[in-house]
Amino acid sequence: MDVLWGTRAALTVREVSVRLTERDLAHTTVMTVLDRLAKKGFARRERDGRAWRYRPAATREAYVTELMLTALNQTGDRSAALARFARSVSGDEAKVLRGALEEIEGDGGS
Amino acid sequence: MAGPADAALLAAVAVGSVRGSAALVAARWPHRSPAAAIVLWQALGLAGGLAAVGALLSLGVPPHSASIADGLARMASGAVSGHLIGSGHAALPALLRLSSLITGLLLLGVLCWVLVAASVTVLYARRRHRVLLALLAHGDPKAPGALVVDHPTAAAYCLPGLRSRIVVSVGALDLLRPAELAAVLEHERAHLRERHDLVLLPFTALRRAFGWSRICSQAQQSVALLIEMLADDRALRVLSPRALAGALARFGTAGSECAPAGSLGMSHPSGEGELAARVSRLLQPAPRLPLPAVAGICCGATLLAAVPLALLALPA
Repeated sequence: MDVLWGTRAALTVREVSVRLTERDLAHTTVMTVLDRLAKKGFARRERDGRAWRYRPAATREAYVTELMLTALNQTGDRSAALARFARSVSGDEAKVLRGALEEIEGDGGS
Repeated sequence: MAGPADAALLAAVAVGSVRGSAALVAARWPHRSPAAAIVLWQALGLAGGLAAVGALLSLGVPPHSASIADGLARMASGAVSGHLIGSGHAALPALLRLSSLITGLLLLGVLCWVLVAASVTVLYARRRHRVLLALLAHGDPKAPGALVVDHPTAAAYCLPGLRSRIVVSVGALDLLRPAELAAVLEHERAHLRERHDLVLLPFTALRRAFGWSRICSQAQQSVALLIEMLADDRALRVLSPRALAGALARFGTAGSECAPAGSLGMSHPSGEGELAARVSRLLQPAPRLPLPAVAGICCGATLLAAVPLALLALPA
């Protein structure tokens, strides 16, 4: 997927394989992975003669944003899919927390 | 004998569960013993749901049934032979009995459906999230055992399931000191180990389905906070309360400074004061509830859940 994100053009399986030299993957392996990515909707593919050309369905940033929005529970549904460590707060509570932080650091840090 | 007396008792349990939930929301002691409070919440939810269904069903089954379960069985066999309501002198008009029976069965169906629907939604959301993590996240020696996502907003969470994951953002790595990061990871490991997500799921399901009901929202919020406190307590077994409190305070105060404008604005009108409560609980711990009190709460919870079950299934 990083290879697809790394270029502007749509790539064929062979072109992806060439760019993955350090991994030394079989042509069929790359083909299977790309096919799976396309089925899951992460990559779009188009016919180019006898080969498929693949391009990412969305930018890496868009997926990172989706990931973080779900993680921070901003998507609107309380799906309870994830358990988040803490959320950030505002107003008086933030003031209380800043006070607590100063107290902790005042004690010599942790 | 199933009948009006049973129905009255079950209705009393149902009403009592709602009253009890309201009292538990307001109580202070749950913060001193989150585990016991969670058990009590589960009992209240189970008892309330079963009793409400049971009260309606017990009005609906034919009089002189040995129990509600027996009454239902008799009606089912009666339906096959064409006598749905049953024969004999009825204490209630047949139409009223039939309608309360149907309402009871509908309520039972809705409750089951809500739970199944929520579970399926959660499973799909998690699967999507796991795939995204596989594409985007990477390991980092600073956070052993966790996946790291390149994003400046501080976030740390766990993805529960059979193939569970702990995830932290680069923002969180930058924000926290090493001891604090270790505390966060330990906290998340506790969530995963004890499957706190399964504890919360039924309450979230209820809240999604009955969002208009204040008690459902409050119950979900209370249980969500209690499992966080429980995980805090577990992390304290291996790490200092100061590290954990520091991590919490940093997370709480970080949002306004490092969230990229517009994309991840934070505003949570609900849950006001929860983070401050967790921090002060770590820095100035109140004494834990004494063991007899915890034992009493657990016995009470078991009894509470057992009463409607017994009334539903056992012959009087």
